[in-house]
Amino acid sequence: MSLNHSIPSYFHIKVDREICRKCKRCTNHCSYDALSFNGERIVSDDSKCVACQRCVAMCPAGAIRIEKNDSFLPFHGNYTRRIRNIIWAQSGNGGVLLSATGNDRPIRTIFDDLLLDACQVTNPSIDPLREPIETKIFFGRKPKKIVFSEDPKKLNNISLKTEFMPNFEIDSPIMVGHMSLGSISYNACMAIYQAAKELNILAGSGEGGLHQDFYEYGPNIITEIASGRFGVDINYLQNAAGIEIKIGQGAKPGHGGHLPGEKVNTLISQTRMIPKGSDALSPYPHHDIYSIEDLAQLISALKEATRYKVPIGVKIAAVHNSAPIAVGIVRGGADFLTIDGFRGGTGAAPRIIRDHAGIPIELAIAVVDKRLREENLRDEVTLVAGGSIRYSADLIKAIALGADVGMCCMPVLIAMGCRVCQQCFRGLCSWGIATQQEYLVKRLDIDVSRNRIINLFHSWNEELKEVLGAMGIDSVESLRSNRDRLRYIGPNPKIADILGVKHAGE
Amino acid sequence: MKWNNYVSLSEKFRNQRVFDGCGISGFINLDGKRENGDQIIDMLSILSERENGLGAGFAGYGIYPRYKECYAIHLLIEDEQSKEHLIRYLDEIGNIIQSEPIPTKIPSNVDNPPITWRIFYEPRHKKSISDDEQVVKLVMNLNDHFNGVFVISSGKNMGVFKGNGWSHEIAEFYNIKDYKAYMWLAHSRFPTNTPGWWGGAHPFNLLGTSVVHNGEITSYGTNMRYLESFGYKCTLLTDTEVIAYLIDLLIRKHKIPVPIATMALAPPLFSTIEAMEPRYQIALKNIRATYRSAMLNGPFSVIVGLSCPKPTLVGLSDRKKLRPLVAAISENKNSIFLSSEEASFKRLKLKEAFNFKKIWQPKSGTAIIAQVGEGLLRNGMETPFEKINLTVEGDI
Amino acid sequence: MIENKEIRYTQEKNTKFEIDTAPNGIPLNYKVLNEKIHQAIQKGYEKVLLNEVCGQRFIGASLQGQIKLEIMGLPGNDLGIFMDGPEIIVHGNCEDQIGNTMNNGKIIVHGDARDVVGLSARGGKIYVKKNVGYRVGIHIKEYENKFPILLIGGTTKDFLGEYMAGGLIIVLGLEIKDDGTVIENDYPICGGELGTGIHRGKIILRTEENLENRLGIGAKVYELKKETEKTITPYIKEFCQIFKIPYDVMNEKPFKVVKPISKRPYGGNYCGNLI
Repeated sequence: MSLNHSIPSYFHIKVDREICRKCKRCTNHCSYDALSFNGERIVSDDSKCVACQRCVAMCPAGAIRIEKNDSFLPFHGNYTRRIRNIIWAQSGNGGVLLSATGNDRPIRTIFDDLLLDACQVTNPSIDPLREPIETKIFFGRKPKKIVFSEDPKKLNNISLKTEFMPNFEIDSPIMVGHMSLGSISYNACMAIYQAAKELNILAGSGEGGLHQDFYEYGPNIITEIASGRFGVDINYLQNAAGIEIKIGQGAKPGHGGHLPGEKVNTLISQTRMIPKGSDALSPYPHHDIYSIEDLAQLISALKEATRYKVPIGVKIAAVHNSAPIAVGIVRGGADFLTIDGFRGGTGAAPRIIRDHAGIPIELAIAVVDKRLREENLRDEVTLVAGGSIRYSADLIKAIALGADVGMCCMPVLIAMGCRVCQQCFRGLCSWGIATQQEYLVKRLDIDVSRNRIINLFHSWNEELKEVLGAMGIDSVESLRSNRDRLRYIGPNPKIADILGVKHAGE
Repeated sequence: MKWNNYVSLSEKFRNQRVFDGCGISGFINLDGKRENGDQIIDMLSILSERENGLGAGFAGYGIYPRYKECYAIHLLIEDEQSKEHLIRYLDEIGNIIQSEPIPTKIPSNVDNPPITWRIFYEPRHKKSISDDEQVVKLVMNLNDHFNGVFVISSGKNMGVFKGNGWSHEIAEFYNIKDYKAYMWLAHSRFPTNTPGWWGGAHPFNLLGTSVVHNGEITSYGTNMRYLESFGYKCTLLTDTEVIAYLIDLLIRKHKIPVPIATMALAPPLFSTIEAMEPRYQIALKNIRATYRSAMLNGPFSVIVGLSCPKPTLVGLSDRKKLRPLVAAISENKNSIFLSSEEASFKRLKLKEAFNFKKIWQPKSGTAIIAQVGEGLLRNGMETPFEKINLTVEGDI
Repeated sequence: MIENKEIRYTQEKNTKFEIDTAPNGIPLNYKVLNEKIHQAIQKGYEKVLLNEVCGQRFIGASLQGQIKLEIMGLPGNDLGIFMDGPEIIVHGNCEDQIGNTMNNGKIIVHGDARDVVGLSARGGKIYVKKNVGYRVGIHIKEYENKFPILLIGGTTKDFLGEYMAGGLIIVLGLEIKDDGTVIENDYPICGGELGTGIHRGKIILRTEENLENRLGIGAKVYELKKETEKTITPYIKEFCQIFKIPYDVMNEKPFKVVKPISKRPYGGNYCGNLI
């Protein structure tokens, strides 16, 4: 008889039999098969539970509780439970371990070590409810300078000579990151795009193309060109607020993508423009980009293809040499540059890369902003930063470090109901977010979700205005790269150095 | 007066930003006729409630007609050795036309006064770089790398006189009343906690641009990093330095007409812009997008003196009107006055130096612009493109 | 904006437009050249002739409709990128990435093409008379009535049909000379890593060479079946007609087919255990 090498379960499903009505609602809602009815009572399989909390939310009697099961492994400070689990999983399966969402290792978050400034005496704070504070920004490339000519004889005759590049106005410096239809459901996409339109902010399409139903939201969508070129045709390119060439993403820098064929249903097939059931593999690099001048070529090609009417940008994962890479990208003609930090999320990525590759976004913003300034390129380009911006405090600090726009995904998913169980790659999301299965997708109410996203970002924008007001700033443009308004209280002064931020008290 | 810290801040206060409140005044004679310094001294010293004896200064335009083609480099120098070193250096890289002390009245009990010096200087002409740009580089270099020396002004036919003391003391020390200028700027200071230093007083100058400023720029970090991209070194850690460089960048380097440049520094609110006709929207939105890092945020009122493209006096306050600025025109309409408080004008009237045809408060975020030979171009009451005939040539 | 007067009108036919792409011997910038093409099309011309092309990139980018571009000279990278319908005929060689992400249309090259021909193309036809380089037909796809076809008269190099997700690549291994004579090509018909990562579509090679040791991961060699032969014959006949070569030469060597082993070449590579 063989030994049981299964991985000890993390969670314990506790059903209070006293009050359980045996209505079986929980078993219907559990998409992971952790709950069933044996004819007499509800029985649970802890090994299958992911703590998604769907059963808890759905139980009309309030009879279910998910508890942590952590008491029985012998303690070891180095061979943690997580490390042991990884070894057991790999020795049982032999494959590359998959994971979802962003890096979950307890690495110190630099945003949390930054404090904001506020006005006292020498200048007045501003009441954001009663005086104007502006959060509108322009998304796209700006000229280095504007050329006017003055009529020397008639001083008041002034003509504006500069030809401007396309810029898109957004009402708040917020962008919902790129999540494709495929990684998340149709209903989730629809809720996001509707909210983006309502708020006049931006949302990313992800690299899976854009379904016909979403074209009406195109003016608020940044479409993505990734190595797979899925769903890319001329309509996709021209119906967008901007086009982003995806080189990498924070969760998996240097890695391609893979949507397995069984997830390619009719909807995904139409969107990605591939046959039903066919694998959607995104090659690791773009095979027309093997060097920086090739990137410049693809940027130029997209500008040609869209007749110079749409801003073209590039997204890179924050890696060790982000600063010089960013300079190359801007020199290559990118109108906007997106940097995705090492905590950035994913629907599916090898755990080894998600957990160990890349650098924090805070440092990446600081060094990229600084280097672009040294090369006198910073103000021409729009800098988008994401991975991970969790709430408005992170957004505000990211802008003060040098970003124009903060990009986020997880807060949007959490707003819609995600419990961060990190099983997105299995396509069984019981909340109808990260799944393509129709019976699950319909659990996500588009209207409710849209309103929750609108509420979330409305509150972020109000909090941004509160902070600007407290700093005596009436326009978000004057917060950008205003690192003087930040102080560092973390343990490592070297970080403060790299951020160009003084220590608290200085 | 404080007889120390002439060319730099004392060690323990280095790297700290200086915050201050202030009184500012200025006037211009639109015919280019020169007035002696009496009037500006009175305009400023009546505002003594706005100062605390830790810094004041004056800028006069048209004071050196004899050397009007040379860059007049005003210097504060620590000791003789530094002076000799500097003169040797300037002699090597350019032509010194005249080198002389700036006359001062040093009180009898002071034994370590600064050396106040002026050099009328011409850079050697080069094809690769303009004279102006050479002088800018020279000033940045001297203030950054030369010990014991600080350049306080570098324009042609103009000069800045400043130091650490009450405004009436500084005026006395430099014999301000003996200079004749068609445009005067003056500033008195109320720093919060940092003992002032002489070079850190206002006006702040670069070439023909001088700035006196009241308030605190909350966008300092954004503005400073923007300027650094263009090679400016913001070493003084004051808002005023940043304003002077922004004006230099926009008006001298980018050649933006003065009224438009003021719209970049204090842009109208989006709600105002969006109510305008399309060509104005295009212009203002693109100005705002392009120069988003040049926008001055927080409370300020500034008076700016420009010698290029023409001698011009500019007054501007922030768009929320958080610092004071009033304007006046003389009865004979040939002089425009600006000040933090109307008391400055009343003082001139009391001593029967001027009568005023009109005294008014310019709109917030709206520039008042007066130019020698052109008159009062903008009175600070206009909508953004009023009086301007704007055409947009680029693709909309 | 670019001025219209520089475009020369020819009397030949009212529907044809001729653009001198190197006035006074100085090649136009690609932006100017492409703008001229767009203007001509806007004016209603359906045929545009480009003379003296010298490396200008992105010619035909994102063009749509029944347009015909005839190119004398050497077009630069990304010829016909994102193109959706038109026909491009090149009298000469091409550079890299012709037909990049093409949706529909036809590119005919009377010469060589370099690397990454037809990258990610979803539809359309690319016929190259002579040889091509590396990574040709990489990640070409198919969708509904879109079916990309690459037909190469000469030989190819490594990574032919990498990541292939649909469509058809045919390589004939001939040497078609400029005077119209046809001989067998001396060089190998393809390089290594043939069809690596292929998960849909077919690569068909006219060769007697042993391909087994050149196959990439997930690819396998099969004999040509009758029904497959039927589907490819019309394309080969069209190729012969375009480049004026006799169809008979096709019979001198057998065709081999490279297809995916499975639709999921890397299916078992990942593990999703709860950690």
